[in-house]
Amino acid sequence: MTTKEYIFASSLCLAAPQASQAITVYTSWERHALVGSDIRLSCTFFSWRSISEDVSFTWRYRPDGSKDSISIAHFAGGEAYTDNKGVFKDRVEFVGNPKRRDGSILIKNLDFSDNGTFTCDAKNPPDIVGRPSSVRLLVFENLPIQAGVITGAIIGVVLGLLVLIVVIYYLMRFLVARRVFSLSVRSVPRLWGLCRGLRCFFGPDKNLKTLVFQGRILK
Amino acid sequence: MLCILLGVLALHLLVFILLIVSTASSQWTVEARGHTDLWYNCHSDTQGYHCSQASNEDWIQAVQALMILAVVFCFVSLLAFAYQLFRLFKGGRFFFTSIFQILASVFVMCAAIIYTVMRPDSDKDYGYSYVLAWVAFPLSLISGLIYLILRKKD
Repeated sequence: MTTKEYIFASSLCLAAPQASQAITVYTSWERHALVGSDIRLSCTFFSWRSISEDVSFTWRYRPDGSKDSISIAHFAGGEAYTDNKGVFKDRVEFVGNPKRRDGSILIKNLDFSDNGTFTCDAKNPPDIVGRPSSVRLLVFENLPIQAGVITGAIIGVVLGLLVLIVVIYYLMRFLVARRVFSLSVRSVPRLWGLCRGLRCFFGPDKNLKTLVFQGRILK
Repeated sequence: MLCILLGVLALHLLVFILLIVSTASSQWTVEARGHTDLWYNCHSDTQGYHCSQASNEDWIQAVQALMILAVVFCFVSLLAFAYQLFRLFKGGRFFFTSIFQILASVFVMCAAIIYTVMRPDSDKDYGYSYVLAWVAFPLSLISGLIYLILRKKD
């Protein structure tokens, strides 16, 4: 490219930066809830521009198996509007803080008919180009245990106990070797049994209560 | 002495491999067109071959945990054997090796028993993973007991 063409192309790039920026909306992927409980669906966005006064959030609901979505909550011009006619009448509340990019809603008293997809669309004028994000709601009678929770718990507890036993064993051995405390094993019957298991036995002179531990004689 | 040592080591390695294969492959129950447990349920139908996660029930998770623990304890027992081979005093017993191996066999037994009792489909056949788990249990128990009797001689 010649110098003139290069300057022309770069000035075009500088003149139209807005086309490459878009607003990105974030919600959870899937939420699980119990029948009768409340749930807070969070929605936030990222925008290169600062929050404008006309920031708006729109929540839509599409039931499972249906193709149409209805609008259940809307925030615009500093005012929040919620469903006052449909299935979510008096059950939806706008609890987000739009000045902090939070457009969350609270749905109360869930029922099995609330299973479906909730879509959040956020706009921050003039940054309006963006894809809405969806969160899937699953309502259960009793919450199923997630895969891997019990597995991890059992493995963790057993390995933790193992590490604890090994640490205590070496600690006891270290402390006895350093004579930090003198063990009068005879007087404590349980410790005597433990000592038998760990292969420590008394030396030839039983009166002095010498301790032989693992084949080495310590006084 | 060397022959006995190599034999015992070979048995230990065999048990380790059996445990790994039994834990990792998802063939505890087989049916005509698929297999299920311990990690995946796969079946083939007219639309192809589908695999989904195994169910979340607590007993399956317990079996998974116990099998993994058995593999871990068998491996730790192998390490303890290598350590005690070179560091044990003369006439000493392979105490820790034996303890870990016996614990591994207990875990495999518990896992196999839980699976047998709690399985929902009693009409389906057992797969090779289940059989290997039951084979690994007595072999690891024998291996652990051999370590208990073995004494280091040099």
